[in-house]
Amino acid sequence: MGELYNKLKEDIRFEEGVVACINCGTCTAICAAAEFYNYDPRMIVDTVQSRDEEKILELLKSETIWYCGECMSCKTRCPRGNAPGLVIMALRSLSQDLGYFVESEKGRQQLALKRTVGEWTLKFGYCLYLEGVGTDLHPEQGPVWDWKQKNWKDVFERLGANYQGDGPGILRKIPEEALDEIRKIFEVTGGKERFDKIEEFSKKKAEELGLEFGDGMDNEYFQTIYKKNSNNHTAQ
Amino acid sequence: MNIDGKKNIWKEYQKEIADDKYFYVRSCVRQNFFPGSETAFLNIMREELGKDVYEHPCHTTCTGIGYHSDIVPMETMMTVVARQFALMTEAGYKNYVPSCVTSFGIYTEVLDMWHHFPETEKKVREQLKKATGREFEKPENLAHASDIIFKFRKEIGAKAKYKLVNHKTGKPLKVVEHIGCHYSKMFPNKGVGGAEYPYVLIGMIEEWGGEVIDYPERRHCCGFGFRQYLVQANRGYSLACSHKKFESMEPFKPDMIITNCPGCPMFLDRWQYAISEMQGKTYGENGQGIPVFTYEEVAGLVLGYDPWDLGLQVHQVSCEPVLDKIGITYDPQKKYDGVLGKKLGVPEKPSVLKV
Repeated sequence: MGELYNKLKEDIRFEEGVVACINCGTCTAICAAAEFYNYDPRMIVDTVQSRDEEKILELLKSETIWYCGECMSCKTRCPRGNAPGLVIMALRSLSQDLGYFVESEKGRQQLALKRTVGEWTLKFGYCLYLEGVGTDLHPEQGPVWDWKQKNWKDVFERLGANYQGDGPGILRKIPEEALDEIRKIFEVTGGKERFDKIEEFSKKKAEELGLEFGDGMDNEYFQTIYKKNSNNHTAQ
Repeated sequence: MNIDGKKNIWKEYQKEIADDKYFYVRSCVRQNFFPGSETAFLNIMREELGKDVYEHPCHTTCTGIGYHSDIVPMETMMTVVARQFALMTEAGYKNYVPSCVTSFGIYTEVLDMWHHFPETEKKVREQLKKATGREFEKPENLAHASDIIFKFRKEIGAKAKYKLVNHKTGKPLKVVEHIGCHYSKMFPNKGVGGAEYPYVLIGMIEEWGGEVIDYPERRHCCGFGFRQYLVQANRGYSLACSHKKFESMEPFKPDMIITNCPGCPMFLDRWQYAISEMQGKTYGENGQGIPVFTYEEVAGLVLGYDPWDLGLQVHQVSCEPVLDKIGITYDPQKKYDGVLGKKLGVPEKPSVLKV
């Protein structure tokens, strides 16, 4: 067997996700992503079970593996107990480990996710920490969100939160020793390494594309990957 | 196929749900978007039902949203989950209750994976010990917070001040129930009623007097899709999924939508606003939207809690049409007040959606 296939086999989600696909297409019929994008989960599973190294390499560099929304509707319906969504997760992990994610527009977005959800997790202990995240990044949040942002502390106090407080409660300040434990877990288990790789490969790609690269969100590369849609992804 | 038979099999199915002494872990999404719902849950559990619900101040995100955005590796996520279990073990609890459906899916998946791959569990135990010095027992019972409210729906119904009934016509309100995908699509036998006929919200709605609507796209995802919403360039995916659902439910003229997942009510609420701005279309009566609720908000409303204590003011689609139909009394002047009547101004009005 080839090297890439072997690496996929090391991921227990791949073991759980592929039993033997009979190409019935039930997953594609139920798939929310297949309805929106040029996407066919049946083909993903068929490609990986072919064990064709060239095709797997193509997938790892493709837009395709980034279309799934991981709703896992496919897992419920597959008559053979496969889970294309789990196969996607194994492919995405490998694509990041090997640096292939930066070869696609959708894959490059991993940096945006690392710098928002990832960094909020390590800094605050919450995967979303939305004070100050306004309708410029999220226009769909509407005028009620602008009002809530403007009155953040008062609204949270009104609704029984312990905002930034000690002890338990909504949006409490998570103690520094707890955050240290989370950071240590990331170091010991490969989470930090994943984050570092996302940064490293993204920086190289930015140089290659001639886009300004810097920390945080206020730089050309981040703004491009977060906002730019080439419109080549959906069924026309 | 005998559909009724299949439906009945799942309707009969009841998962085991512990009846007291819960270790509660919060939802990152719910805390940011619907904090009043978690406040209401704890009030109902402690004050109305007299249950012991413990919250540890040092619990954190389960990393579920990072995991499903594929930036957090599986072993990292599992070790963070193991740390949460260690906090439960150290506090002397055995019944684990996440507020979040993504988290519930994460915990269910982790326990299932450890069952099938014991060497992974062993490795996670070693990694947790190395990183934090902690050890843990697995929960004896894992239930989502909506399972708990489902379990006590009759007790809540017995104390109810209001019913999900139009007080003028006497007819039940027509309710769309929306279940978060990760509640039971991954592991149908871990949710009340499974994936095809999940009963967790239906049980509450029927007990409290409402009528459930069956519509074609009932089981379609709200469209969160993790990276598909979180990155602005992908958000069309999220909007398209919710749009598909609204178009499908519209002919049935629902009075309200009830959800059991932290993200879904936000999407079903906000995308109605976005569609009104983009296409000029609204789905409720008189240019308004279809009000969207969390199950805790609905439980609080039937128990007679003040709508503004529940946080209905932070919804973009106005909830007043439902309050008026049920006959709930509320003070519109206090809607946007802070503590002790502090005036916080009012949000601007959307250009199309009537609020």
